[in-house]
Amino acid sequence: MDLSTNYMGLKLKNPIVPSASPLMYEISTIKALEDAGASAVVLHSLFEEQITHEALELNYLTTQGSESYAEALTYFPEPEVYHLGPDEYLNHIRAAKDAIDIPVIASLNGVTTGGWLEYAKKIEQAGADGLELNIYFIPTNPNQSGVEVEQLYVDILRIVKSEVKIPVAIKLSPFFSSIANIAYKLDQNGANALVLFNRFYQPDIDLETLDVVPNIFLSTPQAMRLPLRWIAILYGKIKADIAATSGIHNAEDVLKMLMVGSSVTMMCSALLKNGASHITKVLDEMQKWMEEHEYESVRQMIGSMSHKSVREPAAFERANYMKVLNSYR
Amino acid sequence: MARKKVTIDGNEAAAYVAHKTNEVIAIYPITPSSNMGEWADAWSAAGEKNIWGTVPTVVEMQSEGGAAGAVHGALQAGSLTTTFTASQGLLLMIPNMFKIAGELTPTVFHISARTVATHALSIFGDHSDVMAVRSTGWAMLASNSVQEVMDNALIAQAATLEARIPFVHFFDGFRTSHEVMKIEQLSLEDIRTMIDEELVIAHRKRALSPDRPVIRGTAQNPDVFFQARETVNPFYLKVPDIVQKVMEKFANLVGRQYHLFDYFGAPDAERIIVMMGSGAETAEETVDYLTSKGEKVGLIKVRLYRPFSVKHFLQAIPATVKSIAVLDRTKEPGAGGEPLYKDVVTAISEAFSSGILSLKNYPKIIGGRYGLASKEFTPAMVKGVLDELKKDKPKNSFTVGIFDDVTHTSIEYDPEFSIEREDVIRSLFYGLGADGTVSANKNSIKIIGEETDFYAQGYFVYDSKKSGAVTVSHLRFGPKPIKSTYLIDKANFVACHQWVFLERYDMLKNALPGATFLLNSPFGPDEVWDKLPKTVQQQIIDKKLKFYVIDGYKVAEQAGMGERVNTIMQTCFFAISNVLPKDEAIQKIKDAIKKTYGSKGEQIVKMNYQAVDQTLANLHEIKVPNKVTSNIELEPVMSDPRAPEYVRNVLAKIYGGLGDTLPVSAFAPDGTFMTDTARWEKRNIALEIPVWDPEVCIQCNKCILVCPHAAIRVKVYDEKYTAQAPPTFKWTRVKGKEFEPNMVYTIQIAPEDCTGCGLCVEVCPAKNKTETRLKALNMADQIPLRITERSNYDFFLELPEYDRAKVQINTVKGCQLLEPLFEYSGACSGCGETPYIKLLTQLFGDRTYIANATGCSSIYGGNLPTTPYAKNKEGRGPTWSNSLFEDNAEFGYGFRLTIDKQHEFAIELMQKLANEIGSELIDAIINADQSTEAGIAEQRQRVTLLRQRLVSINSPEAKQLDAIADFLIKKSVWIVGGDGWAYDIGYGGLDHVIASNRNVNLLVLDTEVYSNTGGQMSKATPRAAVAKFAAGGKPVAKKDLGMMAMSYGNVYVAQVAFGANDLQTVRAFIEAEAYDGPSLIIAYSHCIAHGINMTKALENQKAAVESGHWPLYRYNPVLLKEGKNPLKLDSKAPTISFKDYAYLETRYKMLTKSKPEEAKRLIELANKDAKLKYHLYEQLATIRYNGGNGEQK
Repeated sequence: MDLSTNYMGLKLKNPIVPSASPLMYEISTIKALEDAGASAVVLHSLFEEQITHEALELNYLTTQGSESYAEALTYFPEPEVYHLGPDEYLNHIRAAKDAIDIPVIASLNGVTTGGWLEYAKKIEQAGADGLELNIYFIPTNPNQSGVEVEQLYVDILRIVKSEVKIPVAIKLSPFFSSIANIAYKLDQNGANALVLFNRFYQPDIDLETLDVVPNIFLSTPQAMRLPLRWIAILYGKIKADIAATSGIHNAEDVLKMLMVGSSVTMMCSALLKNGASHITKVLDEMQKWMEEHEYESVRQMIGSMSHKSVREPAAFERANYMKVLNSYR
Repeated sequence: MARKKVTIDGNEAAAYVAHKTNEVIAIYPITPSSNMGEWADAWSAAGEKNIWGTVPTVVEMQSEGGAAGAVHGALQAGSLTTTFTASQGLLLMIPNMFKIAGELTPTVFHISARTVATHALSIFGDHSDVMAVRSTGWAMLASNSVQEVMDNALIAQAATLEARIPFVHFFDGFRTSHEVMKIEQLSLEDIRTMIDEELVIAHRKRALSPDRPVIRGTAQNPDVFFQARETVNPFYLKVPDIVQKVMEKFANLVGRQYHLFDYFGAPDAERIIVMMGSGAETAEETVDYLTSKGEKVGLIKVRLYRPFSVKHFLQAIPATVKSIAVLDRTKEPGAGGEPLYKDVVTAISEAFSSGILSLKNYPKIIGGRYGLASKEFTPAMVKGVLDELKKDKPKNSFTVGIFDDVTHTSIEYDPEFSIEREDVIRSLFYGLGADGTVSANKNSIKIIGEETDFYAQGYFVYDSKKSGAVTVSHLRFGPKPIKSTYLIDKANFVACHQWVFLERYDMLKNALPGATFLLNSPFGPDEVWDKLPKTVQQQIIDKKLKFYVIDGYKVAEQAGMGERVNTIMQTCFFAISNVLPKDEAIQKIKDAIKKTYGSKGEQIVKMNYQAVDQTLANLHEIKVPNKVTSNIELEPVMSDPRAPEYVRNVLAKIYGGLGDTLPVSAFAPDGTFMTDTARWEKRNIALEIPVWDPEVCIQCNKCILVCPHAAIRVKVYDEKYTAQAPPTFKWTRVKGKEFEPNMVYTIQIAPEDCTGCGLCVEVCPAKNKTETRLKALNMADQIPLRITERSNYDFFLELPEYDRAKVQINTVKGCQLLEPLFEYSGACSGCGETPYIKLLTQLFGDRTYIANATGCSSIYGGNLPTTPYAKNKEGRGPTWSNSLFEDNAEFGYGFRLTIDKQHEFAIELMQKLANEIGSELIDAIINADQSTEAGIAEQRQRVTLLRQRLVSINSPEAKQLDAIADFLIKKSVWIVGGDGWAYDIGYGGLDHVIASNRNVNLLVLDTEVYSNTGGQMSKATPRAAVAKFAAGGKPVAKKDLGMMAMSYGNVYVAQVAFGANDLQTVRAFIEAEAYDGPSLIIAYSHCIAHGINMTKALENQKAAVESGHWPLYRYNPVLLKEGKNPLKLDSKAPTISFKDYAYLETRYKMLTKSKPEEAKRLIELANKDAKLKYHLYEQLATIRYNGGNGEQK
């Protein structure tokens, strides 16, 4: 049984890739994921804010009140070196590369075309096999058009592509007027892969304190319907590989995502819930299913149920909606 | 060989040599010596080795007494050992110093000499501390400048090894310890050459060792002690020659020649000064000047003060001398003269009587005092002294530099006399503590000192306030060595880094004609002129100043640097002053930025570069109009006509920077000051202040409780008063059934006293229902509100206080209606300590004695010019005193002994006078229930009645009783201090006092670090936190002081955190005070030294409790007597991990950045500490006491 797949130019032994999450904080966990069968890992994100603000904040907080009162000219000892977030992250990449044999994909998370993008180069130098750009942008300005928002994505990608030689993936949100079009633009500008979709932290409200509370729920299997449709639609229309993410919990989910056109499937919630060994279980069940259904390889099934390959492409479109309505009758 | 030039301060110079020539360093922080220990610790932490290739061990002890003990032990065991201290710290070392000298042990203690506290504490410099150790048998070597500090540190070390006599190496606190100077650094080779290895080995061989056992420290009897004590004489006799020999060796090696006594001036001088310390530099500079004008004057600098070598001293005096003035930087009241004077008199007298005096006649010798507590000592004063010597009858026991209108000791001098050289660039910079001015100037000095041939000197004058602090930097640059050890008052460059200072300080009075004035202005080049105060315009015109402006705030904002205008203003200085070619200067500034911030991330470096690059485009020279256009007058300070005369005449001068002009008669001779004076300052330091919205307010009074500065107040009062209210004054109907229906409620802000910390807004739980971003308090710009709110606040203060007897004091809402008697302190904006002190003054202030340990709370409590301790309308309020750092528990205990004794005596006297007073009144007084405010009010009335009756009784007992009758009213003793006092230096006393069963209340303001001296570790510092002396994270857990106190069983103990549970805090204070025995409250005090956002500090307090790190509890022995479990745990089991709490704070988080692996290890252990601590308390709180008879059922 051949489970191997290609993703953003990397040859992977199977299509299960743990996505960026707190699981990546510890090298020992990363190693456990590899041991459980992961074919690559996407490290947790290095945030633009970490790059731009952490040093400033640390400097401010260690120097506030200094040089103003004669008895206490400083309040902290001055360490020789600071391992700030960005440097720690680069060290983490190196440590991960040393510890595991599977490809390590780093992740940069930000929204501007500012100086933080220089870190793409540093990430490459630290040994990452690929880079995932997580553009986490909430356009709140009513004067900013969709075209401008999309251009931001394209600009960030172009800057990064000009900096690095390693493959670059873009993790997108589903909130575009034309997903297909933005996917196409990114593809045209050199994205090696698209990761569909990013799940935004959805804020909640605390009725007692009247505060907005940042909150994240682990994904449910229902969440996969959204990427499933769009992967099906995009498959074959762009050169970039597609990674499915959101709501992939078991072998069936993986198989479905492959069939609609993903090269790899990314897992996060299921691993946070069940631990690294869940990968082994999913791989086993996948193989079993493939054996039972006489599939020889993963490649064979990638895109087999995509928009262009199914008998009723309209099922992925408006007709599908009509069908659901009909089913109520 | 060319030696490296470094630009460093005196402390660093001393620490450099000490670290290179020692193996063990035991210290305890005390201003101004703390930095020496910190340098040594930092170097050892970085793996810096001494000249023998090993990294010295640096330890922080619990007190200077402890440090001296550790030093003594380490020396006895054979290590080369040192310490650094000053003032009271040196005094605490005296017992060990006698021992160390008595045992002929070589060591050098480096002392940044500081005033010993007498009528007041002072952190500044004089020789009262070193003079107090004259009898210990130590050699004493004085350094007068930063270069000499480095040189003499080595000379002393070399000499002590040979002489076996220990050395005190001292230099003036602040003036030398903190003066930044370009000096030549001794090389390792120099140090190795000076230190004789054989002598080091000899020291080791004399050490205690079980391999060649001996004993020392025996007890001796009258038969032999005396003889044995005289055995050391030969060693002392040799010291002067040894030191001179070492000085010669040093001169041959390094080129700088010192003598035990160095003479400067005319070879045929007739009038000379003898002195030591930094003032001698100024004297030398002045003597040079005067001799160049033909005056026959001279100066002897005393370097080796003990042993005092008469022979060498006599050799230094020119034979032509007719009169000598000996200057002492110390005061010995009651002595026939100050110590150096008496030594000189003795030397001359001995020489004269033994016929070896080379002078033609016996000279006139006068002694005088100067420069106590860093009082300025200027060339004008030096000239004044030399002029005094011209007189037939010069004044003896004189003072110089002050005006003594009481005993008329002071001599006159011409304050306008100046000898500043033309070739010296003198610059003054006025900055705000927070804007980075001092750091930038330190960088500028380094740039000029290390990149040019110029000599450079920097001295920095800091504020006595911790919030809104002003710094003044005094920088000199010139082609020749700078010996001017006094402040600049004739500057050719004046920079004002904050616009608001223009209205507060007359900074241009120090500008020379034609000088440059650089102003950071929010107003552009076209509008700035008209915005200037009148006097500023006038001086710019009159002195023909070159005037430059820059909107530094704008440039800083654009570069993302917030309020820090430091590099911008630094760039302006270099661009205008032409000390260096502009481009070169800018490159050097950038290099310095890289050096300073490089380790803190590229982003900061880039941001500063950007600021530098944008500066020149924003710097404008203003064409100065030829006439004054402004009507803006400088507002006189503390000039409110309602203020007491003493405030307006004396304290206002101190506040306005004119304290030097006050005469001796302005002060009480015993250090007494009136309270209730902070209210007159009106500092106006807040950019934003809270504005109250009565519609949204739920009247919980939490804002009142958390305010560190008592700048937000509440009153409940009769509605009728609102008729006279100013138009913008706000009130609303009071909520709560406990109030009469005609009562209304007002929250009022003190606009000019608020520091703008924002804690009140943070704590406010009430949100506007239609716009939830708004609360019942919202911050708004202060300036537009200042005038209206000023009159509102005045009106508010005149409203009657709510009747104390009616207040429900055991609720937050209730107790906050009580008038605070602690207000507007100079503590840091958002201070975590002051809300507790304020609360105690609200609850008990009108009958409270406060004993205050030295530290932050004694500084914001009692640093001149004003005190935040206030009085109520009846004139009652806390009475406050600071004894020392180490004895505070005992000091407060002494208050209680007197209160109890006088109470007992008053009862005895009443009983003696029973017939005249009447037994009914006496019984009522003796049996009065004073457990409530109402009960106390009634007792006050009884005592008033008693006094009335005493008037008609003509007996000594009646007079005595009248004098002490106030003791019949319940008094409250509060012993207040920080964790440095309670956990470390004062722990022994605290332990004894709580074991005493006397009714005292100890309030520990626990910031978990030495805050006042700059963040050194204490035993309260939690595991995993970074502090000075714990740069790698504190490895062991915090001491559980509460648990230790509880083990006595008779001590009321509470642990509180007002930000986590204000009600529990209030109850703990009430219970502690009510408990008739010792009480200990350990209060979590967030602090700037935690590296937190002070506005959000209440969240840190909550997290500390939620993590189990800071369990809230009350242990009440009264319950024990009732057979119940005395411990009540007031906080829930941990809901977050210690890590989640800790990483909100830089003190923990920075370890993850400096030593990530160690941080991980320590945080895990600290996690366990927190959990274990909580579970232990949880179990203790659930033990059944079975009626408290100690038996198990």
